[in-house]
Order: sequence, then C-alpha cells, then structure tokens
Amino acid sequence: MSLPDGWEMVVGLEVHTELLTKTKMFCGCANNFGAEPNTNVCPVCLGLPGSLPVLNERAVELAMAIGAALHCTIAPSTFHRKNYFYPDMPKDFQISQYDLPINAAGYIDLPDGSRVSIERAHLEEDTGKSTHLGGSGRLHGADRSLVDYNRSGVPLVEIVSGPDIRSSAQARAYASELRGILIATNASDGRMEEGSMRIDANVSVRRSGDAFGTRCEIKNLNSLRSLGRAIDYEAARQVDLLEDGGTVRQETRHWDETRGETSTMRIKEEAEDYRYFREPDLVDLAPSDEWQARVRASLAPMPAERRREMTALLGSPSDAQLDAVTVVVDLGLDPWVRAAALAGVDAGLALNRAANELAGLESLDPSRVEGFVATLAMEQRGELSATQTKTVLAEVLASGADPRDVAAARGFEQLAASALGDIVATLIAEHPEEWGRYRDGDDKLAQFFIGLVMKATRGQANGKAVIAELQARR
Amino acid sequence: MTHPLTRDEVAHVAHLARLRLSDTELDLFTAQLGQVLEHAADMNELDLEGVKPTAHPFGLVNVVRADEVRTSLDRDEVLAMAPDAEDGRFAVPRIMGEAP
Repeated sequence: MSLPDGWEMVVGLEVHTELLTKTKMFCGCANNFGAEPNTNVCPVCLGLPGSLPVLNERAVELAMAIGAALHCTIAPSTFHRKNYFYPDMPKDFQISQYDLPINAAGYIDLPDGSRVSIERAHLEEDTGKSTHLGGSGRLHGADRSLVDYNRSGVPLVEIVSGPDIRSSAQARAYASELRGILIATNASDGRMEEGSMRIDANVSVRRSGDAFGTRCEIKNLNSLRSLGRAIDYEAARQVDLLEDGGTVRQETRHWDETRGETSTMRIKEEAEDYRYFREPDLVDLAPSDEWQARVRASLAPMPAERRREMTALLGSPSDAQLDAVTVVVDLGLDPWVRAAALAGVDAGLALNRAANELAGLESLDPSRVEGFVATLAMEQRGELSATQTKTVLAEVLASGADPRDVAAARGFEQLAASALGDIVATLIAEHPEEWGRYRDGDDKLAQFFIGLVMKATRGQANGKAVIAELQARR
Repeated sequence: MTHPLTRDEVAHVAHLARLRLSDTELDLFTAQLGQVLEHAADMNELDLEGVKPTAHPFGLVNVVRADEVRTSLDRDEVLAMAPDAEDGRFAVPRIMGEAP
C-alpha cells in the first residue's frame, strides 16, 4: 500500500524487549513467564516502604550485548524515576533511564541495504499486568481491575530508532532484523505473542521535502503483520485528515487488529508530567572497558554476518536465493544449511530445502541436523527424487530415523543408479529419432525423455539423475 | 516576596498523583512546598564554578548483584495485606484509560 503522490510517511519504532535473566531487574524474584499470579513478588517489586533496589549484573550485560550488536556507544549512565499513577506500578514510579542511557547512537543495516539509526537502547523495569473486569453485563459498581505483579520489575531494554523508516515494509524488516539480533545476543526469545518483544510505532506524514509532521504513537502491535497494517492505516488516516484541511493531534492511538483501524487512546501528556528525577537509591552505572570487552567477546555472529556467510556459500546467489537467505537466517536455520554445505551438499539445494521444508515446522529438534544432511546427500546423489526427498525428510525430522531406512521402507530405493540407467537405455532404444536430435544438441528433448522416464517409473525418478544418465550416453 | 510555586502548580501535581486536596490544603501545601523549594534554592547562592554536578553522595559505581533467584514472599501473606484480592491477584478500583 502506498500514500497518494507527494506524501511520505515518517516512522520511528520503540521496541521493548524483556531480558532473559533468571531474576528481576532490582530484586531476586524469578523472572519467568506464565507463573501463578503474584508468586514472584517481594518487598522491592511490590514497592513496599523501606525496600531498596539492587541492580542485576546479568541485565546490565545483556543490555551491553544489545548495545554492542546495534553498534551503539556504551556509555556511563544513570537511573531515573518516571512518576505516574497507575496500579500496574505499585511504587507509582517506574525506574528507567532518562538523559543518560547505557547505549546511544547506533544503527541497524537491513537486508535491503537501508540503514536505520538507533537513538538509544536503555534499561528499565517492566510493569505489572492488570486485567480489567466489569463493563458490559456486570453491575457498574463491580467494575474493577485485578493486578498480577509477577512482571513488575522484570528487566527490559527499550530500543528507540531514529525517524528513518519510510514504509511499512521497511518497518517490518527493521522489527524482524532487530528480533534476530535480540535472539542472537541471547537477550530475548523474541516472542511477540508472549509479550517478550513489544512494539510501539511513532507515525507522521509530510509532503515530500517538508519538515516532520505531528506524530501519533500507536500501541498494541502484537505481530509484524499488525505493525505493517497499523502503520499503513495510520499514515493514510493522517494524509486524509491533512488533505481535508484538518490537523493531526499528537496523541496515543490503539490498534484494533480485528477492525483494522487505530483509535484515540489518550492525548499525549507532556514529558514533564512524568516528573523524571534521579533514582536516589541507585548509583551510577559505568561499565569499565574491560567489562565491555568481555561482553563484546562473548557475542555470537549477528544475522547480517550470518547472511553474508550464507551468501558466500552460495557463490553468486539469485534474488530468490537472497530472499531465502533472509528467511533462513531469520528463523535461525542457517546452521542447518552450513552443516549440509560442509558435508558437500550443494549450498543452493540445502538453502532451498531449509527454506521450504524446515521453515514451516512448528518445532525443530537440533539433533536432527545429521539426518537432514544425510537426506540431502541422498538427493544430491540422485538416490531420491525431489518429491521423495520431501517425504523422507519429513519423517527423518519427526522421528529421527535414518533416511536410508525410511527410503527403503517406502520402496524409494528401486531407482537407484543401475535401475535408472537400464530404464533410460531402454527408452533411448525405443525412440531413436528423438535421441538422435538430442545428440545433435537439441537440449529440449531432455524434457521428452524425462517425461518418458517419469511415466515408466510412476514419478519415482529424479529429473536431475535422468539428465545425468542422458548426458552420460550422449 | 514572590512565591516560588503557584497554587495551580500544586493542584496540577496533586492531580498527577490523584490526590484530592481541599482549598485549605492547597493553600497550606503551596506555602509549605514553596519553603522547601526556597531552601533548595539557597544552593544557587553558592559559587559552584568548576564544581562537577554530584548525582550521588557516594563515590560508588556499578553496584550490582549476581543473577540468582531468591525466595519470594508467600502469596497468601502478600494478598492478606491488600484491601481486596481476587483469583490470586490484587483487586483495585477500575482505572479509566490505559497505562501511560
């Protein structure tokens, strides 16, 4: 979807990611999703008087890892109280970072070659989770909220991009790339559906060349699909408003996935209303060079580097292969392709099978990589057709069986080597005229012979193996 | 002497904290909070040229703890402290609107 001629959207994303620590940010309560309500709480995360926060070392390291992966400057930083009245924060303030964040001024390079700047990636604590009861069907007096403080104090890093994004597709690519980076740093599991990665989008529009317009912040974007749809809807809404002579009001808007539209949630309060001030119970954070170096040294390769590695394995990949590389790296399937390539399987074949046969699976047992490689090797040797390979692979991945046993049990071995050679020889003898034209260089006739072989074998032959047989006899 | 803080500012801050103040209280707190600010403003009288801003009286940095789980409180005890609870959760009056 695109805006009317002459208009441009300007988008910046704020991504909150929960950190994969064992404990909360400022207390020793367990940080685990899905526990019984209010079982991971203590005086600190309940905001009881007299309790004092102590910073979690691992949360700092994961925040630094994110900063390093995003090419940020890791700098001395401080903590502030962000004050607001809401029952999800029992202290009535959230500890966050304000003017001095731990990570500043980085960037992400996207697969399409564009670069999105990162303004900051700072530490803060998550809030509790409230459930609103009442409303329709209940007595007005019964309206109330129930609060679970298990999530209160869970460590978060908020990653704020610059206003560099110009389309919903780019926004999705950014979120997807960031998700891959967060997973690669072991900072997050990247599960948007469980709320461990949450996205808010700041959207404005302008006539090309104009200064930035007034922005709206969109909340409740629980998937990449929601993100893309919400941005397109919101930009179009603002353009309509402005073209009709109206003005955009700075506000927070809620995305309704079912209705496919955004609606006003609240008029944006001034930043001063949060009355930020220094958290007096915490001292400054100033990671030493040595500590930073240790974190940097422990970083695994990031998605961009893994894509480069896949591309190198492929030699000179096609556009479709480059797309497949992006998908495979996004899904963390590149180790499978690498393992197959190292075992001598054609990287293009391995990429294709990973993108098509592994990508759609609900779960994938890493120990099956050996069976994956062995199956592809059989396909490459012509022992399995493409269709047979897919059947065998599904079974190998599900059960961990040896692909040779699976192929034998299904009778897929009958065409191996000599059997195929005999069939090809017979068909050549039966069609001397076509064979003559093929020998004279008419490659199109290869398809004619492949068709005959398929017919004779009820589709069990491997097209590439047939061509190899034909060429051997040419 | 000019007031360092206006009555409207106090009313605004009270609203942010969802405190309902009577007219008498507004007058009282405007005066009292004004005195606090005046006291803090005394600092401005000092010549602090060349003195680095101090964020914390202690010269410590990087006070951290290991990421090790400690036992949390017993839920029944915790909820017993609350004015109201339901389904293992704190029950509070419904707050209109969404979290900031």
